[in-house]
Amino acid sequence: MPGATDMSEYSPVILQGQQTNDDEILASTPLDAKALGGESSEIIMELLQRFKVRDVMKRQVISIPRSATMRDAQRILRDNRISGLPVCENGRLYGLVSVNDIIRGLDGGWMDEPCENHMAKNLVVLEAGMPLAFALRYFNNYTYGRFPVLDSDRKLVGIVSQRDVMRALLYELSVEIRKLEMKTSSKAAKVEQEAKGNFFRREWAVVHNDLSRAGHAANAIKGILRERKIDRAIVRRVAVAAYELEINICIHSHGGVIVLLISDNSVKITAKDRGPGIPDIEWACRDGTSTANDWIRSMGFGAGMGLSNSKRVSDKFEIQSEVGKFTIVQCTFELPKPDGAAEGGAQ
Amino acid sequence: MTAAEIAGKVGGTIAVGTGGEEASNVYVGDLLSDVMGHAGEGCVLVTIQNHLNTLAVCTLVGCEVVVLCHGRPVPPDMAEGAAREEVAIVVTPLSQYETALALSSLPPSPKK
Repeated sequence: MPGATDMSEYSPVILQGQQTNDDEILASTPLDAKALGGESSEIIMELLQRFKVRDVMKRQVISIPRSATMRDAQRILRDNRISGLPVCENGRLYGLVSVNDIIRGLDGGWMDEPCENHMAKNLVVLEAGMPLAFALRYFNNYTYGRFPVLDSDRKLVGIVSQRDVMRALLYELSVEIRKLEMKTSSKAAKVEQEAKGNFFRREWAVVHNDLSRAGHAANAIKGILRERKIDRAIVRRVAVAAYELEINICIHSHGGVIVLLISDNSVKITAKDRGPGIPDIEWACRDGTSTANDWIRSMGFGAGMGLSNSKRVSDKFEIQSEVGKFTIVQCTFELPKPDGAAEGGAQ
Repeated sequence: MTAAEIAGKVGGTIAVGTGGEEASNVYVGDLLSDVMGHAGEGCVLVTIQNHLNTLAVCTLVGCEVVVLCHGRPVPPDMAEGAAREEVAIVVTPLSQYETALALSSLPPSPKK
């Protein structure tokens, strides 16, 4: 078959991954996030959110053009000992040839036909900026051993296997455990000091895009307030504000914290984040205005009601923001006086 | 109205729960922030959002019964979360509107 197996024509293409801003993302994660939970599951969850697919993927992707034959694909798979080969031109991903496709090609006698006729075209892909938690869910939900990784411009920038994820996680876990051991003593001292004051303060780290854990701070806050026998209606209002602010940090910022402060006469929820900030606070506080992306919206968030809901349930609502730097939102809820005097005006 | 009665009315099945969970009003919504802002305590939430965050909202607003429309499956993490939080999940083949009609003997969530 003339020219069909000439590998000089179809030598593997190596795509070089793009430079990422990992340092920036890591730097924006709250420094004490790792020390907050103290439990190993917390650390793992935090890692799964903090680390993105781009941190663990293989950046050097071997690929072939659409015109390469199935036989070319077979050789490249064999020579490189890989089980899946992206079909890609100028960074654009067209499909993937797997070992199964080769077996079918050998069986069906179309090994000398262009791979574009027989490759898998409906691909499940990951985005480079997705948290590892998302990638793990994909590995659980689908039977594929690897996923091509695209950047925000839909260009192929890598490929990730389950093994890549596990290797990175094991390494990072050992680093985190060492750091935690060093911090344990100083954290204990801080808790003891806070307990002496006439207030209660706790904070929770909220990680960018960590939708699977969104609500953990709000739920914990609800539990703490209920334990303290605070009026159910107030607990509900505080929980709504905490949840909305937690979701906002999660979907709009680069990460931040939710702080609960209970004093004798009020409950304060403060949401601090590092991130893009809010250029027009008045606009952002209006019902139905949002900059959330389609992925967030498909999960039922990003309706543009977060800030307005938080404001509506609070007795006092304050917000500060600097574009490109931070946003701080504080919701205050007045508590009834111990002698049973009227509750501060809500809603 | 109990979750079992709700399942009967919407021609659905109880995917999670005992069937004894109670609801006294109805809220229909797929935007969880909207649900947070407007769903009443003790409501049955009619939605297509079949994921864990729906449960987070339910526990915060005090909702014991979720009806998932269009036969949407309950993912394992959502089922575990619902069992833990004692929230019943009913899966119905009906749409949100058809479900709301089937539950019309219950009042809407009170306005806030």
